[in-house]
Amino acid sequence: MKKYTYTEKKDTRSGFGAGLLEAGRKNDQVVALCADLIGSLKMNDFIKEFPERFVQIGIAEANMMGIAAGMTIGGKIPFTGTFANFSTGRVYDQIRQSIAYSNKNVKICASHAGLTLGEDGATHQILEDIGLMKMLPGMTVINTCDYNQTKAATLAIAEYEGPVYLRFGRPVVPIFTDPDQKFEIGKAWMVNEGADVSIFATGHLVWQAILAGEILAEQGIDAEIINIHTIKPLDAAAVLKSVAKTGCVVTAEEHNRLGGLGDSIAQVLATNNPAPQEYIAVDDSFGESGTPEQLMTKYGLDAEHIVLAAKKVLERKQNAVFSI
Amino acid sequence: MKADIQELERTASQIRRDIVRMVHGCQSGHPGGSLGCTEFFTALYFSVMNHDPKFNMDAVGEDIFFLSNGHISPVFYSTLAHAGYFDKTELATFRKLNSRLQGHPTTHEHLPGIRIASGSLGQGLSVAIGAALTKKLNGDKSLVFTLHGDGEIQEGQIWEAAMFAPHNQVDNLISTIDVNGQQIDGPTKQVLSLGDLHAKWVAFGWDVLEMKGNDMADVVKTLELAKSRTGQGKPIMILMHTEMGYGVDFMVGSHKWHGVAPNNEQLQLALGQLEETLGDY
Repeated sequence: MKKYTYTEKKDTRSGFGAGLLEAGRKNDQVVALCADLIGSLKMNDFIKEFPERFVQIGIAEANMMGIAAGMTIGGKIPFTGTFANFSTGRVYDQIRQSIAYSNKNVKICASHAGLTLGEDGATHQILEDIGLMKMLPGMTVINTCDYNQTKAATLAIAEYEGPVYLRFGRPVVPIFTDPDQKFEIGKAWMVNEGADVSIFATGHLVWQAILAGEILAEQGIDAEIINIHTIKPLDAAAVLKSVAKTGCVVTAEEHNRLGGLGDSIAQVLATNNPAPQEYIAVDDSFGESGTPEQLMTKYGLDAEHIVLAAKKVLERKQNAVFSI
Repeated sequence: MKADIQELERTASQIRRDIVRMVHGCQSGHPGGSLGCTEFFTALYFSVMNHDPKFNMDAVGEDIFFLSNGHISPVFYSTLAHAGYFDKTELATFRKLNSRLQGHPTTHEHLPGIRIASGSLGQGLSVAIGAALTKKLNGDKSLVFTLHGDGEIQEGQIWEAAMFAPHNQVDNLISTIDVNGQQIDGPTKQVLSLGDLHAKWVAFGWDVLEMKGNDMADVVKTLELAKSRTGQGKPIMILMHTEMGYGVDFMVGSHKWHGVAPNNEQLQLALGQLEETLGDY
């Protein structure tokens, strides 16, 4: 198992803030919009440096999506910022008609996604957003795993032409990816090569997958860990190549098990190379109040649960072999 | 430019013929609101707006129009065709398979003249504000126009946008509401009262004008007046009083022709009331 260490923890939303500032410096067409959550979205540095390129919308997310769509006409590259819940479910029809169907170059940047929003509870903890966004034709869907990756992804989507949903989170988490990485939209990242089981993880679950890989290695199980940061378009070639080798799969995401990364991978496998799969995801329920760590443990989204899922799916693979 | 009102009225008559023929041709679509807004579209595209039918999405240096109540697409399509955005023969494909003239306007099929999809109501004012903000950022002095149905403003997003534009001094925006008092289920007064529209928009901080939407001279005069009042810190709202179905006596004034196509006999009756001035498609 390749060794991953960290010296610092930071929130992924701060990676977004840093990326937005740098994207603004690189391209004067980049503009930012926010619905009364500047501090939460870490937009302060961008606003300080480019006050004329920032639009304070107020608490009116539907209006924000429409304004962002309109601002593209004339060449601007709008980045909208609010919580993931208000970035997707609240404004689905505005995104569908004015952004996705109209093919507008809007970057929908969503913080506080999933359970790790924490104490505010289920009203704010959206677990359906990946599914909602990936069903829109032409929408790119990205869920980043740490500060550096989020910053790199923010810079990458500024250079990409087309609508994008960029999902990140609230809590501080280990920084373990390369600060100088080149983020390639739609290209999976090989975290650790292995032979026994493929673990495909996205967002905050990537670090948990690494921890799980270390535990599995101690028990003699050689896990291949792949970070799927771009859920759509999915790197199907990377998925199939890995599963051709390992023959079984664990998917891990901070999302409802319906409609997320796991389902995207299951579809690729079912139509190409069926393999046993276990889901690490929220089992079709809403969240609740608690600390991020408590919630991730209670809902089974941590390293220990990934280890259990890996062992279970390995057993299923072996049983399938014996039954032939 | 001094508008030739008679010439504009002749153009409007042809557009009205196109509307009833298009809706008859596919036996679906929305003739009522289209007929009621024909003077408005004709005045905008043949007199008031500075626009280029060669069509560039970014519209730098050009005035932009957004149709927010997308269901009145027949009047929009016919106007664009006669203004030179595409050949008028394409009007015959309206609402048919593989057409660029979708039931509701869309950029998806790359029809020249369309800059945003509309149909799901209430979204166009926000989009127009966005385009107006970009024009300001780009130092582009041209204007942004919109049209909305009066029933449409029952959508909450309209009022989010209504609050935003005056606060941010979006004064390069001229919006219009087609006040015909009708919506699908009946008169707006019965379905959901709009109240004192003038007072509402004034209260939100808009510069509010009124016009007789089926009087070409008044439409041109009021739109020019609106243009002269841009750049003064306020967005402009025109309350345009029209009759749904105007120009066809058996359609006028009733919500029943909101989304119903005429049969063969009704088509001939309607065409008998609308002079062919520029040649049918």
